[in-house]
Amino acid sequence: MKILVCISNVPDTTTKVRFVENNKKLDTTGIQWVINPWDELSLTRALELKDDPASGVTSVTVAHVGLAAAEPTIRKALAIGADDALRINAEPSDAFYVAFQLAEVIRTNSFDIILCGIESSDHNGSSTGGMLAELLDYPSVSAISSLQIRDGQVGITREIDGGKETLTLPVPFVGIVQKGIAKEPRIAAMRGIMMARSKPVKITEPVSVEAFTEVLEYEMPEPRAACKLIDPEDPKQLISLLQNEAKVI
Amino acid sequence: MSVLVYTENWDGEFKKLSFELVSYASKVAEMLNTTTAVLSLGNVENDELMKLGKYGAQKIINVRGDVFAVLDNQLFSTAIADISQKENASVVILSNNNTGKALAPRLSVRLKAGIASGVSRLPISIDPFVVYKRAYSGNAYAHVRIKTDIKILTLAQNSFEITVHECNATIENQEITLDPLLVKTRVNDVQKQTGKVLLTDADVVVSGGRGMKSPDNWGPLVELADLLGAATACSRPVSDEGWREHEEHTGQTGKIIAPNLYIAIGISGATQHLAGVSASKYIVAINTDKDAPIFEAAQYGIVGDAMKILPRLVEAVKEMKSK
Ligand SMILES: Cc1cc2nc3c(=O)[nH]c(=O)nc-3n(C[C@H](O)[C@H](O)[C@H](O)COP(=O)(O)OP(=O)(O)OC[C@H]3O[C@@H](n4cnc5c(N)ncnc54)[C@H](O)[C@@H]3O)c2cc1C
Ligand SMILES: Nc1ncnc2c1ncn2[C@@H]1O[C@H](COP(=O)(O)O)[C@@H](O)[C@H]1O
Repeated sequence: MKILVCISNVPDTTTKVRFVENNKKLDTTGIQWVINPWDELSLTRALELKDDPASGVTSVTVAHVGLAAAEPTIRKALAIGADDALRINAEPSDAFYVAFQLAEVIRTNSFDIILCGIESSDHNGSSTGGMLAELLDYPSVSAISSLQIRDGQVGITREIDGGKETLTLPVPFVGIVQKGIAKEPRIAAMRGIMMARSKPVKITEPVSVEAFTEVLEYEMPEPRAACKLIDPEDPKQLISLLQNEAKVI
Repeated sequence: MSVLVYTENWDGEFKKLSFELVSYASKVAEMLNTTTAVLSLGNVENDELMKLGKYGAQKIINVRGDVFAVLDNQLFSTAIADISQKENASVVILSNNNTGKALAPRLSVRLKAGIASGVSRLPISIDPFVVYKRAYSGNAYAHVRIKTDIKILTLAQNSFEITVHECNATIENQEITLDPLLVKTRVNDVQKQTGKVLLTDADVVVSGGRGMKSPDNWGPLVELADLLGAATACSRPVSDEGWREHEEHTGQTGKIIAPNLYIAIGISGATQHLAGVSASKYIVAINTDKDAPIFEAAQYGIVGDAMKILPRLVEAVKEMKSK
C-alpha cells in the first residue's frame, strides 16, 4: 500500500500575524514556516504504519502545492521519514486550486491512501481533502482520529458530534485527519536530516485552472475590553457580574 | 434562485445549531431577495420538521430513507447537490461542524461553487459576494470573495443569534434515486456520549489547565460546571497527560468552540489554546499569575489560587440558584 500525505506550509502556530500592502498580504518577515500540525500528525501515523510490516504499507510520499520557498518544509517532511516528495510549483491560491493540482498528480502516480489535515492553520478552509476526494471520485472520511491497517483492511475511527464511529472502507480513499491519529508528531533525527538531502523531490508545473475564491483583505480581531479584576476573597461578585452584567448565566 | 440550508438531525431531532443555520440562511435570503429552503435527509417526523419553519424556513424538503442513518460523504453530497440543482440554489449553507466540513468541499466540486468556511457574520456584500471569515486560527479575519455563481457557506457554531421568524412553512416530500453502490463506508460501531452536555453545543464551558495541578483536583470544577449546566473542557497538556478525556481538549488542535461563557481555570492562554476559544462571547480567567496571557483575552478575571477560589464559586452559584 502506498500512502500520500498532503502537507501545507503554514506560519508557526505562535506567530503574531501582521499584514502589509493595505492588509492584503501577510507580512512574512521573521515568520518561521512549519508543516501544518495535522499534516505532521498524518505523516507520523503514515510512518508508524510503514514501520509495522503487518500493515503492508510500502511507501510514504508527501505532496505540496507551493513555490520553491516551501522547500525547507518539504525537506523537513523527508527528514522525519517520508520516502519522497512531489511539489507542484505554484502559488496555492485557494483550496480548489490546490485540490485540482493534487488530483492531477495523484492520477498519474496512484496511491491507495491519501491523507489531508482537517484544516490548515492559516486559511482554516477545511476544504482541500474533501474537494480532492470529489475530484478523484474517491470515498472520503472526515475527522479521522485513528487509522489501522490489517490484512489489507483499513479500519478507521471518526469523530462525530458527541461520539465516535468505527468503520471500514476500501482503498483508494481520502482520509481527512484530526487529532488523535498520532500521539506526538515524530521529530527528525540527525540521520534523517542527512538522508533527506538525497531523497527525491519531483517538481511538476501546475495545470491551468481558476481559483473559486480570493482573499480581498485581512483585518485583526476587535480588541477585547480590558479585563475586570475581581477580588479573590469575594468570588460572589463574579457570579453577580456574569448574571447581571454579562447575562450569560 | 433560492438559499438552501442542509441540516442534519440527531436520531430524528434537530438541535440549536439547526435553528441557528436556518436563522442565518433566512437573513442571507433577505439580502438576496429570495426564499429559504431547508433540506433534511433521513427519517424525521413532520412535527420536528415544522420547527424549522419558526426560524424562517419557507420550504422544508424532506428526503426520507434508511440509507441516511449513517454519514457517507459521497451519498450525502450527491443527495444535497441533486436537491440544490433542483431548487436552483444560489447559496448553500451548512454547519461548520464535522459533518459540514465533510460534505461542503465535495458539494463545492459538484456544484462548481466556491466555499467560505467558518463564517460568523452575514455577508459583507452580495455583489460581489464577499464574506467575513476566521483566518490564522482566529488571530485575524479575512474578507473572502467567492467568484463562482453558486456559493457555499459553512456557519461557525454558536456565532449567529437564533431569531424567530414565523412563516408558513410547507413540507415537501421528495425522493431521490441514489445508487446504493455509492456507499463505500461501512460503519461497524457507534459510541455516543450520553447524559453529558456536549462541548460543542454548550452555552457555558468550564475548563481546566495544568494549573489544576493533578487529576484529583477536578471535583469542584465539575461541580461548578454541573451547577451552571455547563460542559467541561481542558487544555492540551491536561488531555495529553490523561487527566481528562481527549474529547475535552480545546484549542487549535482540539475542539474549536464559541460558547457564551468560557471559564478558564489554571490555563495560561497560549495562542494555540486561545485559537479554540477566542470566539467565546465572554471569557473568565482564574490564574495565580497576573501576567498570564489569558487575562488579555478575558473580560473578567480573578488573580488567585484555583483550589481556594473554586469552592467559593461553587458556594456562590448555589446561593444564586437558591434565590
Ligand atoms: C502545534 C501546537 C498545537 C497546540 N495546540 C493546542 C491546543 O489545541 N490546545 C491547548 O490548550 N494547547 C495547545 N498547544 C499547547 C500550548 O502551546 C500550551 O502549551 C498549552 O495550552 C498550555 O496549557 P496550560 O495553560 O494548561 O498549561 P501552562 O501553560 O503550564 O499554564 C498553567 C497555568 O496555570 C496557572 N496556575 C498554576 N497554579 C495555579 C493555581 N493553583 N491556581 C490557578 N492557576 C494556577 C499558571 O500561572 C499558568 O498560567 C499546542 C502547541 C503546539 C506547538
Ligand atoms: N498547498 C498545499 N499543498 C498540499 N496540501 C495542502 C495544501 N494546502 C492544504 N493542503 C492539505 O489540505 C488540508 C486542509 O487544508 P485547508 O483546506 O486549506 O484547510 C491540509 O491539512 C493539507 O493536508
